[in-house]
Amino acid sequence: MRPLLFKNFTATSCIGKGVAATLESLLEQRSGLRNCEFETVDIDTHIGEVAGVDDARLPDHLYKFECRNNRLAELALQEDGFFEAVQQAAERWGRRRVGVFMGTSTAGILQTELAYRDRDPVSGALPPSFEYGSTHNSFSVADYLRRRCRLEGPAVAVSCACASSAKVFGSARRMIEAGLIDAALVGGVDSLCLTTLYGFHSLQLTSPTPCRPFDVARDGLSIGEAAAFALLERVPAGLDDGAVLLLGIGESSDAYHMSAPHPEGLGARRAMQAALAAAALEPGDIDYINLHGTGTPSNDRSESQAVTSVFGPTTPCSSTKGATGHTLGAAGALEAVISALAVKNGLMPGGVHTSKIDPTLTAHYIRDNRRAPVARVLSNSFGFGGTNCSLILGRTG
Amino acid sequence: MTLSAYVSGLGVLGPGLSNWPEAAAVLSGQQAYRPAAAVLPMPTILAAAERRRIGRVVKLALAIALEATSQAGEDPAELASVFSSSGGDGHNCHELCQALSLAGREISPTRFANSVHNAAAGYWSIGTGAMAESNVLCAFDASFTAGLLEALTQVAVDQVPVLLVAYDSEYPQPLHAKRPIPDTFGVALVLTPQRRAPSFARVDATLSDLECDRFADPDLEALRCAFPAARSLPLLRLLAAQTGGTAILEYLDVSRMEVRIEPCA
Repeated sequence: MRPLLFKNFTATSCIGKGVAATLESLLEQRSGLRNCEFETVDIDTHIGEVAGVDDARLPDHLYKFECRNNRLAELALQEDGFFEAVQQAAERWGRRRVGVFMGTSTAGILQTELAYRDRDPVSGALPPSFEYGSTHNSFSVADYLRRRCRLEGPAVAVSCACASSAKVFGSARRMIEAGLIDAALVGGVDSLCLTTLYGFHSLQLTSPTPCRPFDVARDGLSIGEAAAFALLERVPAGLDDGAVLLLGIGESSDAYHMSAPHPEGLGARRAMQAALAAAALEPGDIDYINLHGTGTPSNDRSESQAVTSVFGPTTPCSSTKGATGHTLGAAGALEAVISALAVKNGLMPGGVHTSKIDPTLTAHYIRDNRRAPVARVLSNSFGFGGTNCSLILGRTG
Repeated sequence: MTLSAYVSGLGVLGPGLSNWPEAAAVLSGQQAYRPAAAVLPMPTILAAAERRRIGRVVKLALAIALEATSQAGEDPAELASVFSSSGGDGHNCHELCQALSLAGREISPTRFANSVHNAAAGYWSIGTGAMAESNVLCAFDASFTAGLLEALTQVAVDQVPVLLVAYDSEYPQPLHAKRPIPDTFGVALVLTPQRRAPSFARVDATLSDLECDRFADPDLEALRCAFPAARSLPLLRLLAAQTGGTAILEYLDVSRMEVRIEPCA
């Protein structure tokens, strides 16, 4: 594929609002996971909750979009001058030449969960104030952002469970390459809701402790929430050395099981190999791997096998989910931003909360931060339904 | 900017339309449209354990995907796919929201796994062994055209055949009152970069500002409006007529898609 410029980017998660706070947390190996006190949830688990989400104000004319997910999107949009950068792109290229590609798994379904508690006792009807299309529907956050940023190009939500906001980069790449658009607002937004907390709990996949990816005693994931965005454009001539590029995207399907990864990680392997092929790189060209690394016994086992089968046992890798939690449909974009920070700052973030690495996992998991030049990072995102996506970000040249 | 591909396979299933030949007969005026509840076959490609778990929307998606790929003579295992649905499995969603509103909040792990928007794509991959890339989209009422745009760009840029599956299913009450999709409707297209033996038309698509096409027949127009996936009907009418021409498809509030069809003689 032709590389794309990762022109502007921002992320808001439980480890920080904006990239400066996110980087500081990574440098200090701080985790944002806390005991779950979200809403009325009664589960013994830890979560990565973003402070102040419900204080975010949507513009009055977009009141129909009021829900936690769109408030989180709005909060993130205001960091790092990102909204202004999108406006500059729209003015430069034209509003019809900027597309919106947003990943989400549950969008604003919390709104529906709350509405179901508030049904009319006689008719069973949902409250009149409940809006389906602009909150619950998967498209709501993409629609919110295109209206908020007044963009008129193609717009779509990608909803492939926990690979959603990695796969948005694929959709944006194809549309830029086809010449339909000149810039793309890509990213992912997923927010806390009862469906995912009780759902992962029903599958016995939530840990009572903060999640410990690749730990010998790992016993599940911690759910988080995040919004992360990037502005993608074609690579212009005369780019400076500090720029970060999206070099490769690889996608695959497991063809195995709805909620369990392929035991040997065949689909994951295929996605990583496809990303390397798209970037015309060899495994040895990758300096650091940001793992999917959820902290469930099965994910980490299967991913470690897949990573080792492609890269061997020496490429440093870690999961940042011990810090951020698993932000589900936002994880791909959040970890793409973390990968961009790794490249820009020469940082391989060590995995937090992991105390004793599982000796049966052969991938080279790092627990301590490493400061060294990072030219290229591969980032993995896998989801229910057996959907996989690997991204490669790196420097020019 | 024009995107081009060949339509090499088609599948349709909806109220009163059980496959593409039936839909083609209605859309070309050879038969009157008689609305009737959609009949969803049990997908034979899934093992018994999976068949027990799936809902109507998955049956719908797999039925049309199988019709389109068998017509195209494509091995589903090697085919990239784009699934696009405005809402996924409404019954499953209702059961989860209902359970979460009650004390105890006991929810079924299978229901949770099936609640992902990419459930149909997952079962397709499991049933056919497809390990190729598969994207799953939603654009509310624009979901069909968003899916077509995604599939056409993939064909044009990556020069690979792509299976597009666009499908919608109903929500039960109380969500039905907020999103009144009446039944199930879906359409699947196999789009190929080159003309093949089964290809029956070439499609050239661009974004457009023109008004979208409608149907004079009130039942067909009602069908087009009732399901986001049925926004494809003006395109299907052209494909059924086999005479070539242009259709304008509904897309976002700010744009439509113009598709020019040239039959493969």
